[in-house]
This record gives sequence, C-alpha cells and structure tokens, in this order.
Amino acid sequence: MLKLGELFTGIHRDRGLQVILGLLFGIMFGFLLQKGGVTSYNVIIAQLLLTDFTVMKVMLSAVIVGMIGLALLKHFGYVQPHPASGTIGSNVVGGIIFGFGFALLGYCPGTVAGAVGTGAIDALIGGVVGILAGIAVFVEFYPDIKARFLVKGPLPAVTLPEFLKLPTWLTIIIMEAAMIGFLLLLEYLGY
Amino acid sequence: MVQILEMLTQATWSPYVAGAGIGILVCLAFLLSNRPIGCSSGFVKADGLIGKTISPSHVEKKEYYREIIPEVDWAFMLIPGIVIGAFISSMLSGQFHLIIVPATWSATFGNTPVLRIIVAMLGGALLGFGARWAGGCTSGHGISGSIQLSLASMISAACFFAGGIGMAMFLFYVIGGA
Repeated sequence: MLKLGELFTGIHRDRGLQVILGLLFGIMFGFLLQKGGVTSYNVIIAQLLLTDFTVMKVMLSAVIVGMIGLALLKHFGYVQPHPASGTIGSNVVGGIIFGFGFALLGYCPGTVAGAVGTGAIDALIGGVVGILAGIAVFVEFYPDIKARFLVKGPLPAVTLPEFLKLPTWLTIIIMEAAMIGFLLLLEYLGY
Repeated sequence: MVQILEMLTQATWSPYVAGAGIGILVCLAFLLSNRPIGCSSGFVKADGLIGKTISPSHVEKKEYYREIIPEVDWAFMLIPGIVIGAFISSMLSGQFHLIIVPATWSATFGNTPVLRIIVAMLGGALLGFGARWAGGCTSGHGISGSIQLSLASMISAACFFAGGIGMAMFLFYVIGGA
C-alpha cells in the first residue's frame, strides 16, 4: 500500500507525464461531454429554460459517483483532497456573473471546448474569443477586485460537513440520497 | 467487442452513463494528477501565453499570473484535449456539423450569424470574467468541488444556475418573446 502511494507521488511530480495526462484526461472528458449531449447549445439552453434536464442529469451522476469514489480513495489514503475556502464576494457575485455569461453564450468553459470539437463556429469565434477577453480584463483588474470583492464575507466553513456540523460519512449519505432522490423525481415527473 | 464499438458510434449515451463516467474520471484525476478537473484555469494560461508573445514584461507584472502560472501544463492541455475528445466522439457517431447559429437560437432570434456571434462573445466575456471571479467553473466547482464536499463550490454552482436560468428566461421570454 505504501509502495503504491509512493508510485502515485512519483507520477504527480513527473511534469512531462502530467502534460500528457492532462491531454488524455481532456480527451476522455471531451468524449464523455459529447456523448452526454452537453456540448450542444440547444441542450444547455433547454436546461437553463428548465424544459430539459440533461445537464443536471450528467452533473449529478458525476457527483453521485465521484463523491463516493473520492471518499473511498481518501479512506485508503491514496488522495488528499484540498478544497479551497470561499467568500460571498467571490463565489456568489462571481457565480451570478458566470451564470449571465452561461446563458448568453449557451456553453460553459469545458463544454465550449467540446462544442468547438463538434464543429460549432459560434463556440470558437464567439465563445473562446470572448472567454479569453473576459479573463484578460479580470487579470488586469485582479488586485482591485480581490481587495474590494473577493475577500469580503468569508463563508462560515470550508466543507459541507463542517458547515452542517455532521460527520463526513453522514453528510455523504444525506447528499447521495438527496441527489438520487432528485433524479428519481425528475424521471417520475417525465423530464 | 462489437458492443463496445456500437457504444462508441452511438450519437448519445444516457446522461447517467456519461455522468458516471465523468465522476470516475474526476477520481482518476485526483489519483494520478492530484488535482480537480477544472477548465477555466486552462484559459487563464492560454491568455498568459498569448500575452507573453506580445509583451513578456506586462505578463510578468500581473499578480494573477503569479498565482496561475502561464505554462503548458496539465490544466492547459485539458482544453485542447476536450476539443479532440469531442471531435473524435462526434466523428464516430456522425454528429460533427459545422454550424454558426444553433437551432434554439435561430428559432427565436433568426439566422443572422453576426447577432449570434456578438452575443456569444459578450456571453463568453462574462463567463470567463465570472469564472475567475468565482475561482472556478461548472467542472471545477460544479463537479470536482462538489465531489470534494466544498461549501464554496456548491454555493458557486447554485449561483451559476441561478444566474443562468434568470438570464436565459430574460433572453428568450422577455427579449425574444418566445
């Protein structure tokens, strides 16, 4: 077990290997996004108009599987997740700005790249160019934005179990039940 | 074997199957690369790399590029990877189509490419700006962050959808009158 842990640490430190792994993870992620249907503008807008729930189904299935998987990897000592702390000024304000852009573009940063791969010109010359421009503006004003917004209103806890003051395993069971219940409800309602 | 080939050439999979695959992929990324799958930081690096070719000193002065270093690394390579992966998937299933104006857009706002591109660019700018403001996007916060039980990520994801649903309804029902 210790040997295996050392093996993974060695892989993490191999910068050349990580560049290749980044490309491979990207290829698999892009493949799954396209197969899930979420590289399509029509599917994403239908989700935001609440007429189709494909995006929610893909995201919640990923979280349902990943939450258990990561908890197991952590339990056996193979990974040490390091979730970042947040603030109202960063996560709520930034999240809503992101949401406005999400609806106007009809793609998010991952699905926009996927859409480019499926031949969507609007994703390339509209979306990718726009994202690069928006980030360039953010980089330019980052010190000001950080001081005025990003540090304001720290969240009361880093993780959900800390916030709920519940054991991690119980929080995971509650979250899994809530997510699976939501998906079953969607199916029951015919979405 | 035949079944696997059939699956690869299907137009779409059940969203539950594709989603579960993404969940496994996020776990593998933590295991092999010790990092979440998040897409917006790759665009920051792309911006910095482009900036370096124009004015290296300008890039070096930026505080943000000291936190997210512009280099060709895991996070950067994820983006071309996604393009390639979606290309392979869409080619295998005959779903690759060159389009400028998506069907849902043209049904409400017409077929003019210029209007679609302008709004897409504006949306992209808000998306990139907002993603870095919130410290992540749909994949980094919405999926990888939620998997880590991060409170900030779950709040961010809720706000992505709150803002997105509000703006989509305003755009299509109020401005578009659909």
